[in-house]
Amino acid sequence: MQRAISVKNIGKHSFSLMLMLFLLFFLLIASLAIGAVPISPLEVLQVFSKEIGISTGINTNETQQIVLLNIRLPRLLFTIFIGAALGISGATLQGLFRNPLVEPGIIGVSSGAALGAIVVIVFIARITPISVELFKAWLLPMSAFLGAVTATFITLKIGKYEGKTKVTYVILAGVAVSALANAAIGLSIFYADDQQLRTFTFWTLGDLSVATWDKIYILFPLICSSIIGLIGLARPLNALALGEAEAFHSGVSVEKVKLVAVLLSALVVGTSVAFAGVIGFIGLVVPHIIRISLSPDHLLVLPASAIGGACLLLLADIIARTVVTPAELPIGVVTAMIGTPFFIYLLIRSKQKRLI
Amino acid sequence: MIEAKRITKFVGTKAILKACSIKVKPGYFTAVVGANGAGKTTLLKSLSGEQTLTSGEIILNDTSIRQYKGIALSKVRAVLSQHTEVNFPFTVEQVIEIGRYPYKTHNTENEKIIQEVIRLTSLQDFIGRPYQTLSGGEKQRVQMARVMAQLYSKTEFPKYLLLDEPTSSLDLAQQHILLALAKNLCKQNIGILAILHDLNLAIQYADEILFLKKGVTVAYGSCQTTATRSIIEDTFSHPVRLLDDGTGRKIVVPRHFNEIHTQNLNPIEYERTN
Repeated sequence: MQRAISVKNIGKHSFSLMLMLFLLFFLLIASLAIGAVPISPLEVLQVFSKEIGISTGINTNETQQIVLLNIRLPRLLFTIFIGAALGISGATLQGLFRNPLVEPGIIGVSSGAALGAIVVIVFIARITPISVELFKAWLLPMSAFLGAVTATFITLKIGKYEGKTKVTYVILAGVAVSALANAAIGLSIFYADDQQLRTFTFWTLGDLSVATWDKIYILFPLICSSIIGLIGLARPLNALALGEAEAFHSGVSVEKVKLVAVLLSALVVGTSVAFAGVIGFIGLVVPHIIRISLSPDHLLVLPASAIGGACLLLLADIIARTVVTPAELPIGVVTAMIGTPFFIYLLIRSKQKRLI
Repeated sequence: MIEAKRITKFVGTKAILKACSIKVKPGYFTAVVGANGAGKTTLLKSLSGEQTLTSGEIILNDTSIRQYKGIALSKVRAVLSQHTEVNFPFTVEQVIEIGRYPYKTHNTENEKIIQEVIRLTSLQDFIGRPYQTLSGGEKQRVQMARVMAQLYSKTEFPKYLLLDEPTSSLDLAQQHILLALAKNLCKQNIGILAILHDLNLAIQYADEILFLKKGVTVAYGSCQTTATRSIIEDTFSHPVRLLDDGTGRKIVVPRHFNEIHTQNLNPIEYERTN
């Protein structure tokens, strides 16, 4: 019941959200149209109409259809889901830890996933005689996901004190777990050959070209349900902004909220990192941009960070795969390059207004 | 009524509260005074349901406080802390709105209640201002508005407001504005319990007063009869004089350190380098 009310009250932010959805739609069309094979927005429309049996009278060829449906569309959806996942989990964890400098990596997710990835790249790949394709598509993500979830659980376990999760302990535990994972990663790198090192380095910079329909089928239910669950935490997170004791006095089940927030965030970030590698920056900066430019109310920040994360990653992806065609820039580099200047501008502006 | 029945709280092997009993009655202002570390905050945290007890129990409106769910509890008791910081640029209204968390009331009704408590706390000039940019006294008034919004409903009486040193960072006028707001809530049959550092404030506003020393109750009763010189001196381990302000109300004047100690504190010799 609480959740239904929470979602209803988003209504007062509907204008901002509609605006952001409009921006996403624009980027979506652009993303489908731009690429090595030119397809105009009208031709995009025609291909989709044809799929559902309506003809608009515009001619499209076979190549355009294949490129659109088998390459660009899955990649587009992949990008949107991962961007949304990173954006909303960053917003959730910043709200939960009452700290605007928190990013999803703080609970050990990213380092755990990276460890899972390098173990597969360096060691497992040597002993298992499976094809490179199968390896890149499934074994690597599975191991990374396992690493992400394990790291989060260890962090939470260490962070528990007298049956309660203490935020300071969780952050310190996250730092410790990350440090340990990074040490193990360093050790693995020591044993890696040049090719493995290159594979791992590019994995840590993020890669959206691995998108396939199979992966979308996994991402879609997982990330959509988690996003709905996280948006349900909006009002408790608003109360938590005053502090844990105040949130409890206001009627929030603080322990339950903390557990759900951390687990859902770890789930979506773990899945994203597992499939696409480490894409930093979105989880840290998108929630900030929303808070400073629109409102710090989590009823807005959570859904808007999901949409904003999708927008930023989509824009970064368009740039990443067009500026150096036929090669691609690592996505993590591009997100940081377009996001940072904007973030610095916002910081300077909000400093003048004494908001931070 | 919130009633603490012989509550004891141990942290490790140290007893913070020993068999303490108190009643927070609807329509009454109860003050808790005592030296630092006397267990005042522990008492308040126990009464608010925030922490578990080693022994004894808390009865709220005839039901053990442990049987309340978070939401049900927050509809009948609110807590105002010493100071509350917010790390995100929430506006004054957004902070006050958090007080409406326990209720499933619609936006428009919440809006009305928020406007009403803003009027009652004279915060009209601060509408739209980021909470972070307010002064300590203004922030505390916003928090008062928030807890008033939390207790604002026509059902679920009687209600209680617990204040933990609410005036400690406020100037003279702000202290009295805040306690007058609390006193007004008493008239609406809300029970108030306040931890106060300033004895004169406690005597001015409280109906009942509890003196606490090292976790043990020194005295508890109506403010008029309980706040005597010997009890105050015993509680704070410091001599005081009680004066009359001319209207029959007591004024507590702590004695100067040098008046009571024959040997003064050694003057500090700062080294001079020329």
